[in-house]
Amino acid sequence: MSRILIRNARLIDPASGFDECGDIAIADGRIVGLGQVTDFSPDTDIDATGQWIIPGLIDLAARLREPGAARKADIASEARAAAAGGITTLVMPPDTDPVMDTPSVIDWVTHRADAAHGARVVTLGALTRGNQGETLSSMAALAAAGCPAMSDAGVPIADSLVLRRALEYAQTFSLPSLLTPLDPTLSGGFMHEGPTATRLGLAGIPVAAETAGLGRQIAVAKAAAARVHFGRLSSAEGVHLLNAARKDNRALSGDVAIHHLFLTDQDAMDYDARFHLNPPLRDIVDREALRQALADGVIEVICSDHQPHDADAKAGPFASTAAGASGVDTLLGLVLRLVEDQVLSLHAALAAVTIAPARLLGLESGQLAAGAPADLAVVNPNAPWFCRLETLNSRGTNSPFLGWEFSAQVSHTLVDGRLVHTTPG
Amino acid sequence: MSVQLNEQGELRHFLTTEGLDPQRLTRILDTAESFSGVIGKSVKTVPLLRGRTIINLFFESSTRTRTTFELAAKRLSADVLNVSVDTTTTKGESLLDMLHNLQAMQADMFVIRHAQSGAAEYFARHVDAGVAVLNAGDGWHAHPTQAMLDAFTIRQHKGAFEPLRIAIVGDIRHSRVARSQIHAFNGLGAGEVRVIAPNTLLPADIDSLGVQVFNDLGAGLRDVDVVIALRLQRERMQGALLPGEAEFFRHYGLTEARLQSAHPEAIVMHPGPINRGVEIDSALADGPRSVILDQVTNGIAVRMAVMTMVLGVAPDHTRAAS
Repeated sequence: MSRILIRNARLIDPASGFDECGDIAIADGRIVGLGQVTDFSPDTDIDATGQWIIPGLIDLAARLREPGAARKADIASEARAAAAGGITTLVMPPDTDPVMDTPSVIDWVTHRADAAHGARVVTLGALTRGNQGETLSSMAALAAAGCPAMSDAGVPIADSLVLRRALEYAQTFSLPSLLTPLDPTLSGGFMHEGPTATRLGLAGIPVAAETAGLGRQIAVAKAAAARVHFGRLSSAEGVHLLNAARKDNRALSGDVAIHHLFLTDQDAMDYDARFHLNPPLRDIVDREALRQALADGVIEVICSDHQPHDADAKAGPFASTAAGASGVDTLLGLVLRLVEDQVLSLHAALAAVTIAPARLLGLESGQLAAGAPADLAVVNPNAPWFCRLETLNSRGTNSPFLGWEFSAQVSHTLVDGRLVHTTPG
Repeated sequence: MSVQLNEQGELRHFLTTEGLDPQRLTRILDTAESFSGVIGKSVKTVPLLRGRTIINLFFESSTRTRTTFELAAKRLSADVLNVSVDTTTTKGESLLDMLHNLQAMQADMFVIRHAQSGAAEYFARHVDAGVAVLNAGDGWHAHPTQAMLDAFTIRQHKGAFEPLRIAIVGDIRHSRVARSQIHAFNGLGAGEVRVIAPNTLLPADIDSLGVQVFNDLGAGLRDVDVVIALRLQRERMQGALLPGEAEFFRHYGLTEARLQSAHPEAIVMHPGPINRGVEIDSALADGPRSVILDQVTNGIAVRMAVMTMVLGVAPDHTRAAS
């Protein structure tokens, strides 16, 4: 395998707090030298003067639409788009068709991902067969096939006893369970319940849809004594519940989708379907509470919640459009904006998309350390760009951030020591 | 929501009563008033839209609204095409494809009713320049011509809006009529707009639209000048919204007796079609307070007004008035 030396960069490792100018040496897919590298003969030598080297981003929730909805996107397109955005690992929920509930589906996805030469794809196994919430999946086999955690795939397990058994069984194999904090009986609407939904005449999704689901899951998680992570918190009250629960149960954690840190329900004022999301964008109090939760460490992980759609899925009156935003193109840019907005320090912001998700899933990556996999991004921090349709690499053009300006560009992305993305010029 | 106004601030579509200033709302009423003369005379047509094609595109069935739009168009000498779309049989075709196909028929205006909120605005954003869209009802969002014909009827009977207390009773949550009325009456300067309903029929934060909220019918009707009953659709009884029609009528049904606390000359309105004995008592609907049939008649003049305004051929009343 090739030997790569990247020189004269600012090396930023949120896992250790390391932050110095220097070089990074890569051989056989791993980081072998960090800082002042001597005595290393590279095949490829990259001068990164003025640039940063950061651990590649680990995106905890990314739909790649394959298998099952390849008209929207595919593993190869999204793995390459992610790499162009500095993401080196995409974590894929099991709500595919067929569902990722057997090793054969995992093997198929892994094979496709290996051929894509983009970001790695980490698969989450389904907690229950077919995501039906009835029968446990073969979790040990799924783990052996490469799944580091189990997931309800956005469909909460309705039966609390099944949920408890699923969490207990996953915990048997030290597999964390990723749950969707939701009570589906309360979430039959299309946007946050509040003044904007009332003006637009759209059925609302109350905050209680989140808290009612979360409260039940917190109780069951405790009974199951399981490591449980709640995905895509959207509300101040949800944060409050999680914070209270974590005080006596450190096996609980949560994440937030990046768009919930920047947008609110008012962005959907013109029925713009790009802002049709699930969970819905809530109000400014919720947005600020989510930002504060990150600053306080109540929420440790940020994800893109990437959901690429074809144009037809987002055409039509708001309620008839599909929920979800395309996000891999803008994840890094938005995370760095949290630093510019003084929500988080640079290290804390990067930790939320690198070492924090790595620790949750038990991945070796997410850090710059000798011996760690060489999954990293070289970033030019002073290269402003505008997000436009033609700059999007994802096949999903349903970005809520078209027209936004970002300050940094990824110049190189390495996965497993291989250069998977280089910005031309 | 400025998609309905052009750069000069004139209506080019009519999608919602929200955000329209008092002058513009009054101009709609004044224009309608000039047409209501036309309706009264023996010559009932004017040639303002001769040679223009209007397509009534109804994705929800409606007899009265479609008929009054058709009558309005014909009295303006327009060619009218009625297209009823059964959404259960056209799932394959996207709204946009349908729009492009119909536009190829050289339509000048679409009158659209659709079950989803925002449908009319979606059409307005996608039609060719120069083609107008009139919202004949979109989901729970807006039914602006209904609200304007209600405002017209109120002005006819009560004059200026400033001293008026107007109460809207019933299923506010699912009502595009209520939302458009609230915006129109507030825009026209009404003294107070009230909504009266059980909590299950009120949408979240309805007070943010500028209304006083009442659960109790008697308290809500105190001293009001105008009472508007909304239609309660029977299918609402099947969910967990209401226990039944009888209990609803007992607490929220309008009767002459319950109007005791209202202004002695209060008028009673209903956008139709009426469920007699559910939201309103027959004696009241047919009695001297009722202006329900005036609403239907006025609907034609108001729709004529809006049709001419969005195509830029409305008669100029500022000159006529001086």
